Amino acid sequence: MNRIPGKSYREATARQRVAGLLDADSFAEWVGPAARATSPHLAALGLPCSFDDGVVVGQGRVEEAVVTIIAQEGQFNGGAVGEVHGAKIRGALQRAVRERPTAVVFCIDSGGVRLHEANAGLLAISEIMRALLAVQGAGIPVWALVGGSCGAFGGMGIVARLCDAVVMSEEGRLGLSGPEVIETVMGVEEFDARDRALVWRVTGGKIRRTLGEATVLVEDRLSAFRAALESLRHSCPVALPRTLDALQAVQDQLTARATRESDLRDGQALWDRLGLGADAAWMDTAQFNRRLQELA
Amino acid sequence: MEGKRTLFDRLFPGGHGVSCVGQVLRGWGATTRGRVHVIGTTDHAAIDARIALMLSQAVLDAVAQGPAGSPLPILFIADTQGQALSRHEEALGLNGYFAHLARCVQGARERGHHLVTLIDGEAVSGGFLAFGLLADAIVALPGAEVRVMDLRAMARITRISHDRLVALARTSPVFAPGADNYWRMGGIHAQWRPDQDWAALLEQQLYAAPADDARADLGAVRGGRLLAASLARQVCDAP
Repeated sequence: MNRIPGKSYREATARQRVAGLLDADSFAEWVGPAARATSPHLAALGLPCSFDDGVVVGQGRVEEAVVTIIAQEGQFNGGAVGEVHGAKIRGALQRAVRERPTAVVFCIDSGGVRLHEANAGLLAISEIMRALLAVQGAGIPVWALVGGSCGAFGGMGIVARLCDAVVMSEEGRLGLSGPEVIETVMGVEEFDARDRALVWRVTGGKIRRTLGEATVLVEDRLSAFRAALESLRHSCPVALPRTLDALQAVQDQLTARATRESDLRDGQALWDRLGLGADAAWMDTAQFNRRLQELA
Repeated sequence: MEGKRTLFDRLFPGGHGVSCVGQVLRGWGATTRGRVHVIGTTDHAAIDARIALMLSQAVLDAVAQGPAGSPLPILFIADTQGQALSRHEEALGLNGYFAHLARCVQGARERGHHLVTLIDGEAVSGGFLAFGLLADAIVALPGAEVRVMDLRAMARITRISHDRLVALARTSPVFAPGADNYWRMGGIHAQWRPDQDWAALLEQQLYAAPADDARADLGAVRGGRLLAASLARQVCDAP
């Protein structure tokens, strides 16, 4: 079942994603469901637990190359990070520094901190950030995949942008504060979270790709994400440099974007200005990528 | 900013020069062992892309200034109500600006700058994650408020009654706001009392030997976070 070409990445579970992304039968899990590493904090609140606390970690292969893989389960508590969930991710990243895989594949599908254990979750994300930066410091690239139903928000939105490459589908969403949070605090006039088309034009794969935050935009198919990993082996074989010059260059790019897009509130305005066309939001992925490339 | 000036008088009796532009603090403080960089925010800043860029540029400038070979410690002042909430900031990709700031902080660490955070005021969620929470040592000053979200908002979103959360918060440090909870979980290394010599305490922190991220171990020792360290180790050592 892991090689059905049309299978949706978004609809797949974390385990199906792992199976579909890696070479057949190459996956070995670390501290899997049999270890019963569940959250005592959810249990204390009388809430359902999961035997893997909503994240799968282990190693496998992509075209024979060994990779560490981390996959969050968006269908369990919105993929949110608690103490156990976060510790498993951190352990996998620390292990990567020791074992030096070709890359770390990070399937992010999370709204950020798990509020039921908010302090543990915030600290866990901070520790994940430190551990991920250490992986990159060892020269190993981290590739983020964002195409699940929860997207990558909160602290996990920051983690996604720490990665050396970000593979997204149009349906994937990437941001910091979720639309619901902004609507609740700032009002529906600021952000109508029920306007799904608007939500996608602000946080979805197309605007992220247009701004260069997503390295590649793929169709919502497991096989398309797998193909992207195969190309990243060649296009992103090492971690991005953190020399002073490299960091200053990013600083200058981000400054230029903030100045250029000082009133950006909708992806459509960006596409209009770039001349992508009024139908940019409706183009299929291949057409959108082609148009972007033509305009580049 | 007035409160921060009083704070700097107390931290750096040997002198300081910290300017404040748009809620961002930049400058230096003099210790008995020489100058250190000071970078931070004030007045409970909501961190937007503009502030994040000012902070990351300040970090890059501190690294670029040298002197090469003996990088100066950097003191971060954390005072943030969290990230700015707006559709514009989301469309712009605020999370990417935070990630860049985090990479700059790591770049400073990798070049030997020792990093210490003082929480003076509020330290909330995203605004704290990208900056103050990445330091080598994190200290809460009296009255510091550290949280992801207040209990009422948490009750609304988790659909667990506020009364129940308040009751649970008496025994568990795991979700309720408070510097003390973060101390118990190892996320804050020290809390200073009003009657202590802050200048002396700060110097101890600023010139401490570099160390790896040991917050999970600290949380286990202090009894507030029992699983984080052992589970990470279990994953590392799994067959």
